[in-house]
Amino acid sequence: MNLAEGVQIVSFGILAAAVLISALGVVLLKNVVYSAFLLGGSFISMAGLYFLLNADFVAAAQVLVYVGAINVLILFAIMLVNKQEEYVVVKGAGVRQVATALVCLGLFALLGTMVVSTPWAISSVAPAGDGSIVTIGIHFFTDFLLPFELVSVLLLIALVGAIVLARREFVPENLSPSGEDEALMLPERPREMVSSRDDK
Amino acid sequence: MNPGIDLQGTFIESLQGFGIPAGAAKAIWMPLPMLIVLVGSTVAVLIAVWMERKVSAAAQQRIGPEYIGPLGILAPLADGLKLVFKEDIIPAKADKWLFTFGPMIVVIPVFLSFLIVPFGENLLISDVGMGVFLWIALSSVVPIGLLMSGYASNNKYSLLGGLRATAQSLAYEIPLALAVMAIAMMSNSLSTVDIVQHQSGYGLLGWNVWRQPVGFIIFFIAALAECERTPFDLPEAEEELVAGYQTEYSGMKFALFYLGSYVNLTLSALLVSILYLGGWEAPIPVGLISSTFNISDATPWLQVVTGAIGIVMTLLKTYALVFFIVLIRWTIPRVRIDQLLNLGWKFLLPVALANLLATAGLKLTFPAFFGG
Repeated sequence: MNLAEGVQIVSFGILAAAVLISALGVVLLKNVVYSAFLLGGSFISMAGLYFLLNADFVAAAQVLVYVGAINVLILFAIMLVNKQEEYVVVKGAGVRQVATALVCLGLFALLGTMVVSTPWAISSVAPAGDGSIVTIGIHFFTDFLLPFELVSVLLLIALVGAIVLARREFVPENLSPSGEDEALMLPERPREMVSSRDDK
Repeated sequence: MNPGIDLQGTFIESLQGFGIPAGAAKAIWMPLPMLIVLVGSTVAVLIAVWMERKVSAAAQQRIGPEYIGPLGILAPLADGLKLVFKEDIIPAKADKWLFTFGPMIVVIPVFLSFLIVPFGENLLISDVGMGVFLWIALSSVVPIGLLMSGYASNNKYSLLGGLRATAQSLAYEIPLALAVMAIAMMSNSLSTVDIVQHQSGYGLLGWNVWRQPVGFIIFFIAALAECERTPFDLPEAEEELVAGYQTEYSGMKFALFYLGSYVNLTLSALLVSILYLGGWEAPIPVGLISSTFNISDATPWLQVVTGAIGIVMTLLKTYALVFFIVLIRWTIPRVRIDQLLNLGWKFLLPVALANLLATAGLKLTFPAFFGG
């Protein structure tokens, strides 16, 4: 075993542990902000695993898209939520948690057996390494053109949907007593005017 | 391609001469470039801080630091020492863990990005194929650290600063990436070495600024916004937010933010000079001069001189840009948050897209000029 192999094995161990621990933290921690930050840690460790597999474009894209965009947006959403609500413990939470754990373990066992029992067609071609971005690009524009374009349409739909949801042109000055304006407003705390505290 | 000076090979061979096995010699070599870059970027920060103080003083008709070393050169060092000896305070109701991790997450990606910065053809840590893309990916991690420290401080100004930093970097990352994409399209590669080599040969005239003037301006504005420099320093707008996400920080943790922001500044200036101003290339190509005097490229002293000129040129361009950025900070007022986001999403993004489209069209029409 030479230096490179040793480094690879050690870093694989560290990264795998980091992925598992941070993913468990995402699920098990009560504080949703911790979960969101740990999700980012999990994504970064995954990117490290991709680097070990010589897929450097996939790794960098993983960091850019999942950590830099999706995780940041999740955090942003958590911190912008303007809803004050007491945390109520659900009845029978213990039973629910045990049931969830059982279902998850079953799913894990199913996937595990699938991974072990499937005869994977492992390619014997040397990894593309630094040229992987060229290979991926060629595939995108030849044999995977249709899925690639469909994904872009999907993203466009999501974009339009987000704008429709976020755009509120109707902000009533005075709420009508019958409450018919409520349907047009987002469930949010009513805004208090800045001056309202002084003029009692 | 000219192999140039192979420092790594020579170093390993000389160690093997002392009877050290090849693997161990390589293991001794590996941390050296990283260490040099770490120290070098820290020194670069000291210079940038000194420049900031001197230029701001000149802009306000003051003298600035004067007594700490000749021309006040040691002032940034004194700053650093002062911060080291300050008490490290964690506010009572702050989130201890996130408060500590925040500054680290801000600083680490910035230093990691130096991996791809070349000071010469073979003078960089690693010529990664991803190159600039890696830098974009790494710089997108920074807002998480800012948000983390803003949230953990348990202070509304900090949280607002963190949120602003995130919104800003999300908005400006896209035009930045699109401007880089136009460059990558012209040089057929994302690797920083290839990008500089694509600009070499014609000296000043070959630089990408002339082929990508719009891209240059977009990249420069977006890089300013990514470093949170005036006119885009809203996350720490002192009149509104005290100091933004750094309000509650003191001692070394504050120093990390300070260091991170100045490293980011020099890094952005370095990347502007690599992508648009020809990197290590001199305005008059060294190869042209040496060939007029009939000196072979393989001459050892010429290679040393070329390497030295490369480093000097890169740093010269970088600090010229840093000087310009500092000058902007002390002359231009800050924009409002809505102006900032409007500029990013409604102006820079469409212009960057149009620039990309135009580059693609020009590349197809004039392959000789725009890289075939």
